[in-house]
Amino acid sequence: MTELLRKTAEELGRLIAAREVSAAEVAQAHLDRIAEVEPKVNAFLHVNADAALAQARAVDERIARGEKLGPLAGVPVAHKDVFTTTGMPTTAGSKILEGWLPPYDATVTRRLREAGLVILGKTNLDEFAMGSSTENSAYGPTHNPWDLSRIPGGSSGGSSAAVAAYEAPLSTGTDTGGSIRQPAAVTGIVGMKPTYGGSSRYGLIAFASSLDTPGPFARNVLDAALLHEAFSGHDVMDSTSIAAEVPPVVEAARQADIAGLRVGVVKEFGGEGYQPGVLARFREAVDLLESLGAKVVEVSCPSFGYALPAYYLIAPSECSSNLARFDAMRYGLRVGDDGTRSAEEVMALTRAAGFGPEVKRRIMLGTYALSSGYYDAYYGQAQKVRTLIARDFDAAFHQVDVLVSPTTPTTAFPIGERADDPMAMYLADLCTIPTNLAGNAAISVPCGLADEDGLPVGLQIMAPVLGDDRCYRVGAAVEKALEDRWGGPLLAKAPAL
Amino acid sequence: MSAITRDEVAHLARLSRLALADEELDHFAAQLDQIVGAVARVAEVAADDIPPSSHALPLTNVFRPDEIRPSLAPEQALSGAPAVEDDRFRVPRILGEEA
Repeated sequence: MTELLRKTAEELGRLIAAREVSAAEVAQAHLDRIAEVEPKVNAFLHVNADAALAQARAVDERIARGEKLGPLAGVPVAHKDVFTTTGMPTTAGSKILEGWLPPYDATVTRRLREAGLVILGKTNLDEFAMGSSTENSAYGPTHNPWDLSRIPGGSSGGSSAAVAAYEAPLSTGTDTGGSIRQPAAVTGIVGMKPTYGGSSRYGLIAFASSLDTPGPFARNVLDAALLHEAFSGHDVMDSTSIAAEVPPVVEAARQADIAGLRVGVVKEFGGEGYQPGVLARFREAVDLLESLGAKVVEVSCPSFGYALPAYYLIAPSECSSNLARFDAMRYGLRVGDDGTRSAEEVMALTRAAGFGPEVKRRIMLGTYALSSGYYDAYYGQAQKVRTLIARDFDAAFHQVDVLVSPTTPTTAFPIGERADDPMAMYLADLCTIPTNLAGNAAISVPCGLADEDGLPVGLQIMAPVLGDDRCYRVGAAVEKALEDRWGGPLLAKAPAL
Repeated sequence: MSAITRDEVAHLARLSRLALADEELDHFAAQLDQIVGAVARVAEVAADDIPPSSHALPLTNVFRPDEIRPSLAPEQALSGAPAVEDDRFRVPRILGEEA
């Protein structure tokens, strides 16, 4: 593996700007790596080598002309295949969109391009971002680079695996119930869910509109902050986008100072259902925070225990409405249009053929929860629980600056283990879901390997709405201390592919 | 909590425009029954006086000036269509034979 692949995105950006290496060389090194490891990992649904190299050469030419570009100009990025991209197919991991070429770029896509980032290709995901393992992709599962028989997390599992396998230094994801933080945790990398509304949903194929949040993956906290800054901020095309400055995430990642910071350990996360090795690494991380000068207290968030059931009513309800747009009329698959069938029959045949089982389950679950007679008991009650969860966060953030928990109850599980047991799969997002319901910010950073299986464990750091910089400040402090202890990044311990 | 029956799944599938096969109905009935049983736990929360949250942000009615902006050209909008006729989306019949 060439040394270029191990460099951080921040280093690559500096080297490219100083013309010590060309963006084209960096792109080629990553494309070579993709060609080498993709047969094992399957992180990408689409790789566009020619377009990536052309984009990289364009950056090189601009730099040669003396243009001053952003810190990530020329740095490669892998882009989750749920953001629309002109010139590249966008499938959302579904057969219903196989081969679709979007007529417009998502705002996140446009901002990546404007920042000079080189899009290598589109990454695999659970169909329509519904899942925690990437097994729900219609195009086959992605494999965890730490152990190819295990899941890379989901739904952004292609993005986490691509970064963990050194196929890209950066990638994008979306987090609706944990779909960035959980894959980051189980592949030993950094993943951030920004404050809801801090990053634009325009051109992000909708799963649950009140929860979906684009965010970055990287191999270190500073790189994640740089990517976060590159694609975030107010967007007039997304009416739920926050009209405020992006929190100072890069500055916070560079400072990495947490002396005097008040840290709350969420009492409700831990115990039954949690893997002992995960809890052991988590407790060590809490001790580490204390040794770095933080004041650690236990905090109770009594409604968090109801976050998972509330989420599995709210998210499917929103999905059942959002996915009504896949109607076989304007784009995507059309099945059974033989001149005798009605539009409604064609719709039902197309959706049955084009959607996978998890998507069908969630559409029907949402339809059920929104049905008259059930609405108040299910959807209405879940929305009240959502209020209580936001109140728990508010109360907690009066006492402390950040909250911490394990990111996931277990390490990466074997592919196939939970594939036909939806409830077992849903438990993977136990610790990440409250943040989506309340809309605040949270990051996952690596905090070691579980003793029983040698697989990565993530530390989740949660901050208030628009307190994204706190996630980076604490994450960077933990990363620095742990890397000093380990003698390098956690990912250096991963077996060679 | 009432169990989700096969007939109920067939009804949900019709509402959801999903032409499911018979064996799928049985499979989904068992799974949806289990999921609904688990999520019904929200009923345990005493929340009579709690206002519902549809959204995480206190935003309502975000307006922009009513100005004409550039948008997709017809050929772009039609570029992904399964069938096109006379610059329009061609769709299967939407009315019954007798209509």
